[in-house]
Amino acid sequence: MTGRQRAEGEGQVVAVRADRPPSPTGSGASRGIVAAFLVSAAGAVGFAAAYGLGGGTRWEGVGLAVAFAGLAVGLALWGRHLAPGGGYVEEHEGFAPAPDEQALTAAALTAPDSPVRRRGLLAALGLALTALGAAALFPLRSLLPRPGARPVRALGETPWGPGVRLVDDNGRPLRPRDVPADTLVAVFPEGDAGAGDAPAFAVRLEPARFSRPPAGGHLDGLAAWSLLCTHAGCPVRLYLKGTGRILCPCHQSSFDLLAGARPVAGPAARALPGLPIEVGPDGFLRATGDFTAPPGAGFWDTP
Amino acid sequence: MIVDRLARALDDRLRLSPVARRALAKVFPDHWSFMLGEIALYSLVALILTGVYLTFFFDASSADRVYRGGYAPLDGATTSAAYASTVRLSWDVRAGLLIRQTHHWAALVFVAAIAVHLTRIFFTGAFRKPRELNWLVGVTMLTLALANGFTGYSMPDDLLSGMGLRIIVSVVESIPLVGAWLAALALGGEFPSEEMIPRLFVTHVLLVPAALVALVSLHLGVIVRQKHSQFPGPGRTEHNVVGSRLWPSYALRSLALFAWVLAVLFALGGLVQINPVWLYGPFEPAQSTSPAQPDWYVAWGDGALRLFPPWEFRIAGHLVPAPFLPGVVLGGLTFLALYAWPFVERLCTRDRLPHQLLDRPRDHPVRLAIGVAVLTFFAVLVVAAGDDILARLLRVPVYDLLNTFRVLVFVLPVLSGALAFLAARALRRGDAAGPGELTRADLRAARRPAPRRKAVDAPERPARDRPGERVEMWTEDGVWRWRYRDEPRRSVITGNQALRSEDEAASAARLAYPGVDQVVVPGPPPPPPPGPLRTALRRWGRAAAAGSLLVGIVLDWRRNRRRPAQDRATGEGAAPRPESRDEAPTGGGPT
Repeated sequence: MTGRQRAEGEGQVVAVRADRPPSPTGSGASRGIVAAFLVSAAGAVGFAAAYGLGGGTRWEGVGLAVAFAGLAVGLALWGRHLAPGGGYVEEHEGFAPAPDEQALTAAALTAPDSPVRRRGLLAALGLALTALGAAALFPLRSLLPRPGARPVRALGETPWGPGVRLVDDNGRPLRPRDVPADTLVAVFPEGDAGAGDAPAFAVRLEPARFSRPPAGGHLDGLAAWSLLCTHAGCPVRLYLKGTGRILCPCHQSSFDLLAGARPVAGPAARALPGLPIEVGPDGFLRATGDFTAPPGAGFWDTP
Repeated sequence: MIVDRLARALDDRLRLSPVARRALAKVFPDHWSFMLGEIALYSLVALILTGVYLTFFFDASSADRVYRGGYAPLDGATTSAAYASTVRLSWDVRAGLLIRQTHHWAALVFVAAIAVHLTRIFFTGAFRKPRELNWLVGVTMLTLALANGFTGYSMPDDLLSGMGLRIIVSVVESIPLVGAWLAALALGGEFPSEEMIPRLFVTHVLLVPAALVALVSLHLGVIVRQKHSQFPGPGRTEHNVVGSRLWPSYALRSLALFAWVLAVLFALGGLVQINPVWLYGPFEPAQSTSPAQPDWYVAWGDGALRLFPPWEFRIAGHLVPAPFLPGVVLGGLTFLALYAWPFVERLCTRDRLPHQLLDRPRDHPVRLAIGVAVLTFFAVLVVAAGDDILARLLRVPVYDLLNTFRVLVFVLPVLSGALAFLAARALRRGDAAGPGELTRADLRAARRPAPRRKAVDAPERPARDRPGERVEMWTEDGVWRWRYRDEPRRSVITGNQALRSEDEAASAARLAYPGVDQVVVPGPPPPPPPGPLRTALRRWGRAAAAGSLLVGIVLDWRRNRRRPAQDRATGEGAAPRPESRDEAPTGGGPT
């Protein structure tokens, strides 16, 4: 029954019923649109005035927000009341493959004079491109720290070592009496205070309360550990006085300093590495070696 | 008048009219959910505009610099150049804080709009053939948006962002075998390295935005080529798109949405403080802040890190650290599943047909249930990332909350998924119009196994002899137009463009409504010719305008000749532009 007929003598065509016809009250809408654009202009002037007077973030933000909101309302009213919306249809040819078209394209691609037909050449080209692609990755090596430096070794080593003195965050060397009882004191290796994996803390606890001795040993209850959480490396700086427990603010791992700084809650799975310390001949605290394990988050080659 | 001439002049040189006519008449579906992607697009425009402003002031360097300026607590302090310039931008550059906060809010809205757009595409099945390509492009844009959000968050080198960066570095280091190498490759050294901030900067302002803009162009190009999908409705088939035309209705509405997005972003940027880096202080490896929360779009990863138990294991003596499973594996699986979904679903449903009509979410209870369950899972993770704040608010021990979340993260998705499945089945079988009208009986009925239904993907057959359905064509001012009329359903839909011949109109209508009878109807009466008074007025008006313009030019020229030293010609004599407002009302359908 598909076909066309002439419908002669049909009556007057009735109005197209669009989903949303243009509003008959065009003039009312135009007044609203003009008002919205005037508000927008006022907002822009307000922003300029706020900027000119050095008037602060809030007024500048309000000015721009009013300017754009006025613009938005005006344009939306315009689109809604003065432009025909809805009720239109666009034909869609779809994407079902037309077999003859596909065949023609394939024929054009693989015609007798097509380079694609030369199999051996294609393979050689593929080899060259693959080699070139692989070679192009080599400059990535330059993004690594420096030739010969193995990242894994760098992660495992810190500036701490035998004889390195403990300094506080002002760079002053510490004596044992500078560490008050039951208080966390952040300590750094002298001369390398800014190193990312070096931060440690010293704390003085009652030796009798140790259920497991600190990994780095202790001087009459004074012990030092790495400050970096063994889960994801955040500094564990929340010390709960009296409990011997410290908490990481990032993921709430909690470590028990009285039990060898082992993790007792949260996602951390390894104890904080200890820092072996002694009192030097000059009376200042100093390390006798590096941390007892690599500090901070774990990695593949963590011992 | 001016637009008309300009268009003609351009067309004379570039012959754009065949393309432009189709482009201007392009039909966009009217459903609101099709605007979600546009919100993302306009947020991206806002991001680029505000971001360019910020680059003028930001100093991407870890070198020491003394901050001097309006924020007294830091005045004279030595920090990294990145941090000092961010504080200067916030306190000492006019409108700097506004633009910085607007930029940050735009990033949050950008990712949110992408996520909501993605769920809309997912639940309505818009990713099915032929749109898998755009799904892949879209998921890639989501990953790039996350990457750029995170690099931008980390660049100011404040304490909070430094801690966040350290966590990400730890997650990367947890990858077996190559983790430490990847982290070193990204940072150029051990965290925190000197190279870190310049590399974040180049990634944030150059690499990722360029890739995003390229992919957005591809995304939109594919949409234009494939045309929009649409929800089922009267007159909507697999062979057409029903809605509003680009010009004028949709263009105005879309520009209005653009302005709305900017208005909301600037209101947020001006009124709602975000990321006050001067309060956090500069990053130092031994310092930390509490509470420490990331931006919302990475919070699911942070929540997973918090909830995961302290499990580390060794492979042949090598450690696989705790962040590996919740960080790398969960993130990797999430995006793998997103990329693979269209193909997995096609494998399971064996539906290989192209689809232009969308599903209502209830049409696919299984898909709906999986989507709802996964969304619930990630929502619990996002909430869990704030467990320390919740613990403080609720006055509950944080570890009690942690254990509660560890249970909820598995229980809630199963419950919500099952509920969504039942609700979808009940809606599909019962007569409730929406989820609010579902009764207990409906839900009970939905528990019974489904009766055998006809295959979902039976090819749509052209309508045969559907009574009251026809295509009408008519001429109007020398062009042909057509419309589809469905008398029983009382719907009339007009073809989107004027065509040059009856044949063109007939073949367009046949494409949109295959198998529907076509009739030629008389066109609407031509508009009455303007009366003699109006014609004369218009003619005289034009002549007067042209004359005064001429007089103005002559006057101007003479004045300039008399005073050659004064080279500033003022446009005083210029007449009002000749313009005729009352064009004959042509086009736009019969009246």
